[in-house]
Amino acid sequence: MPKVLMKGNEALAEGAIIAGCRGFFGYPITPSSEIAEYMARKLPKLNGVFVQAESELAAINMVYGGASTGQRVMTASSGPGISLKQEGISFIAEAELPCLIVNISRGGPGLGGIQPAQSDYFQATRGGGHGDYRTMVLAPSSVQEMMDFAVTGFELADKYRSPVMIMAEGTLGQMMEPIIMREPVTKLPEKPWAVTGCRGRKPNIINTLHLSAEYLEERNHHLQNKYTSMALNEKRAESFQTEDAELVVVAFGLMARIVKKAVMEARQQGVKVGMIRPITLWPFPDEAIRQAVNSAKRFLAVEISMGQMIEDIRLAVAGRAPVEFYGRIGITPNPEEIYQEIMRIAQREGY
Amino acid sequence: MAKGRVRFFTDRCKACELCVKFCPKGILGLDEEIINTLGYHPVNILHPEDCNGCGICALMCPDMIIEVERE
Amino acid sequence: MKVIARRPESLTEAKFHYCPGCTHGIIHRLIGECLDELNLRENAIGICPVGCAVLAYEYFNCDMLEAAHGRAPAIATAIKRLQPNNTVFTYQGDGDLASIGMGEIVHASLRGEKITVVFVNNAIYGMTGGQMAPTTLLGQVTTTSPYGRNKDFEGYPAKMAELLSQNEGSAYICRTAVNNPANVIKTKKAIKKALQIQQQGLGFTMVEILSTCPTNWGLSPLDALDWVEEKMIPYYPLGEFKVKED
Repeated sequence: MPKVLMKGNEALAEGAIIAGCRGFFGYPITPSSEIAEYMARKLPKLNGVFVQAESELAAINMVYGGASTGQRVMTASSGPGISLKQEGISFIAEAELPCLIVNISRGGPGLGGIQPAQSDYFQATRGGGHGDYRTMVLAPSSVQEMMDFAVTGFELADKYRSPVMIMAEGTLGQMMEPIIMREPVTKLPEKPWAVTGCRGRKPNIINTLHLSAEYLEERNHHLQNKYTSMALNEKRAESFQTEDAELVVVAFGLMARIVKKAVMEARQQGVKVGMIRPITLWPFPDEAIRQAVNSAKRFLAVEISMGQMIEDIRLAVAGRAPVEFYGRIGITPNPEEIYQEIMRIAQREGY
Repeated sequence: MAKGRVRFFTDRCKACELCVKFCPKGILGLDEEIINTLGYHPVNILHPEDCNGCGICALMCPDMIIEVERE
Repeated sequence: MKVIARRPESLTEAKFHYCPGCTHGIIHRLIGECLDELNLRENAIGICPVGCAVLAYEYFNCDMLEAAHGRAPAIATAIKRLQPNNTVFTYQGDGDLASIGMGEIVHASLRGEKITVVFVNNAIYGMTGGQMAPTTLLGQVTTTSPYGRNKDFEGYPAKMAELLSQNEGSAYICRTAVNNPANVIKTKKAIKKALQIQQQGLGFTMVEILSTCPTNWGLSPLDALDWVEEKMIPYYPLGEFKVKED
């Protein structure tokens, strides 16, 4: 396949089209709008549907409707918009509708700013809306992964009949990198549950109301079983020089690229430091962390937030090693300051 | 005069009397001898011989308990 | 013997959960009859609201969805755009459509979505126990307007048919009532016309239907019919507000 230079947001949009996505419903918000703009240009030419919704609420409910037809559909937004979508995401999770939800994230709380951030981690990984549900969350760290994860996201969504979220910092959405294009997906799964008109079969019902207490509990067990299955099969992480590492830095997305550079520099100074990059934020790749605990004496969480993923790291470490934190918001930490932080810990602890 | 026949699914009747009110012949009424499983006195036809099968009772019934046929 | 009235095939056998005399049941039946007569049952996709009609997916014998409160027009938009050959209808109450879902309904109309909205206006929140609706009349007592709706505090009742008829995207907007046989017949005609205009692809269609809530109005079913005539119709005049010809 040819290599092309693409912006992250456009690569993600093209990845979705490659995956067979033919419905996009969204509301403009920086720094995600290029995804909507790309879809507005491309989908009509592919017999697809693009609707600029009147609100984030309408957009996510259009996704609910679109996914109900069995077609691959998506939406994209950023923090404040993703907050508004939570009602719909809860309904989509319970109705078990496969779809892709993209958060090109920025700093909050409130209106915050348009600088890249990772402070929507809690919202993304804890469900976000009302009720006991989870959304699988993929965190790309390159423009190539923006494209690849769009395809993976749709595949996982269909495999589990569940919404899948891609969370990428605004920087990844905005930056350009050369990427290898992919072949279009031609075979999409059958969806006999979809609402298409009941000719020749019994009516299909897409519903999230369960007034019977017993059935409500049964539904929740059903969902939890599915999440357990996701947790067993879908955890993904990249481990970098962790085999002999005394200090393991944990970072995801854009931050992981920056951390990797700092780790390489510290290695040159003889510091036994490695990195784990969670690729799925939920299910969190706790086994990769637990494996590292055997050699690592200490962990360092680096996030573009005031510390959110660190809670999952601590849960995985389960008290067997200290977990420190380095984070900023608004300003993305640069390789030099991560390097300094690694060296500071290494010197203090004598690694 | 056309001859009509009404059939009631009385177990579904909630005794709202919309059919009673609008029957042009005034031949429907609640049957106070009976209490259905919903706890209501269901509707009955008091003078079946006068029914002309106009269907207005079924038109106004919110619970679809009435079937009407006409000769 | 010729059958004059029988349960339409487009409705299931399920018993309605509605209160005695509540005219939701009449409206359900009219939709069912229209789907039957237009041979649309196997083609239709319906979307129910949050409110008393939340369980309507158990009553319509076609593909159905249950929507979040007020969002049915957004869901209908996507379904119709992705599957333009389906007949798509929403069934919404006054709180669902004119309060929490005001944005979705207005924009579905502005975009001229080729869907049919059946809007049941009974001037009150039924399911939650009789609170003030956007369509509650001035002076009307509800549990959240216990001294009667006051224009100075609660503002004015929403006239949705008039409002949506202003939008270019609206192809058919009509208000009817189901408080007597003549009005029920007119309501059925309006629903059928709306579905046909949807099939012709002319734009957004809505039938607003003045309906009763005897329980929360504190009236007998028969007195509730009179209340529609005496109180509602003077403020919510019946008739066609917009008919787009092809």
